[in-house]
Amino acid sequence: MRPDTGRISIGGQQMDQLDDDARANLRADRIGFVLQSDNLIPFLTAVENVELAIGFGQVRRSTERARELLSDLGLAHRMDHLPRQLSGGESQRVAVGVALANEPDLLLADEVVGQLDSTTATDVMEMIFKASRERNLTVLYVTHDEQLARQAHHSLRLADRRVVAA
Amino acid sequence: MSVDASITVDSVVVEHQTSSGPVRALNGVSFTVDSGSSVAITGPSGGGKSTLLGVIGGLALPTSGSVRIGDSEISELSERDRSDFRRAHVGFVYQADNLLPFLTLLENVGLQLALNGTPSGTGRSLAVLANLGLAGLAYRLPDHLSGGQRQRAAVARAIVHQPAIILADEPTGALDAANAVGVIDLLLGMQHEIGATLIMVTHDREAAGRLDRQIHLRDGRVS
Repeated sequence: MRPDTGRISIGGQQMDQLDDDARANLRADRIGFVLQSDNLIPFLTAVENVELAIGFGQVRRSTERARELLSDLGLAHRMDHLPRQLSGGESQRVAVGVALANEPDLLLADEVVGQLDSTTATDVMEMIFKASRERNLTVLYVTHDEQLARQAHHSLRLADRRVVAA
Repeated sequence: MSVDASITVDSVVVEHQTSSGPVRALNGVSFTVDSGSSVAITGPSGGGKSTLLGVIGGLALPTSGSVRIGDSEISELSERDRSDFRRAHVGFVYQADNLLPFLTLLENVGLQLALNGTPSGTGRSLAVLANLGLAGLAYRLPDHLSGGQRQRAAVARAIVHQPAIILADEPTGALDAANAVGVIDLLLGMQHEIGATLIMVTHDREAAGRLDRQIHLRDGRVS
């Protein structure tokens, strides 16, 4: 979506000045998304879900790369499973794999661990922080969890549609 | 379509383990479906309809019995081979549209082609979207569309790779009556156009009546 007024710039590219095509390309090439629900396609296996995202990012498309990525995320034993055969934490880790598949510069994460127990939530967030360090990835995450918010380099607090603390 | 899309379901049993012992979701289901025909699976909730659809699509394995599509014994394929079969020959539509919220309609429809490595998928995706009356919305994100438009896009994604079989699980369950009729029109129209076999689970009697044949499931059996 576009703001009515104001500007958002990502890596020097001004989002509000891009047409639909250019914004779609920028999303596909440079941004990974992880949402609260895993958004995996239910009739595709874990590795197929990741492979799709590789195809869209114009990175060399290969099952092998998707398998490598899922192995890195500790899911070597779950690659050929369907989403309904995975636990909540595993599904969310596959969703992180999908988000990382196109080697994005920016990962946007919206309450990604909101539906997970605290141990699994910690594991998933650790995985995201590790990916951020290893891949020089900027991560912007939305959370209600104060402790989780404190783990970021910077945090912004929004209330009544305004930034109230930064 | 490149495979014979006749379906043979033979003595299929699906048993789940529960805390109170094994429960049979399907209990000896047998029937055949001619290639290119359409069948509605009807019956009360919990009767095994969605389980049956999952077994036909190779998403689950029967505890015993077999499912054959053309010459392929789906229930005997390895997980990897079933996955290959699904992506090449099966299109799925669910009650939830399952569109990825951060991709445009065009990208969502193109997913299936990308997965199969089809070159120049954009042109075909656009053509299918246009065929379903969604050409003007190709670059919109799913959140910007109505429920009916989203479900039409889900139909587009299910048929863009011209599957031999379309499996639809309550595809109109979340739509109002007018949109439901529209989605069934599209499903049947596209099924005829590509010569696919359509299996649709539905509670909607009117929709079921528009298909070639109905199979009623109750308590895991054909009744």
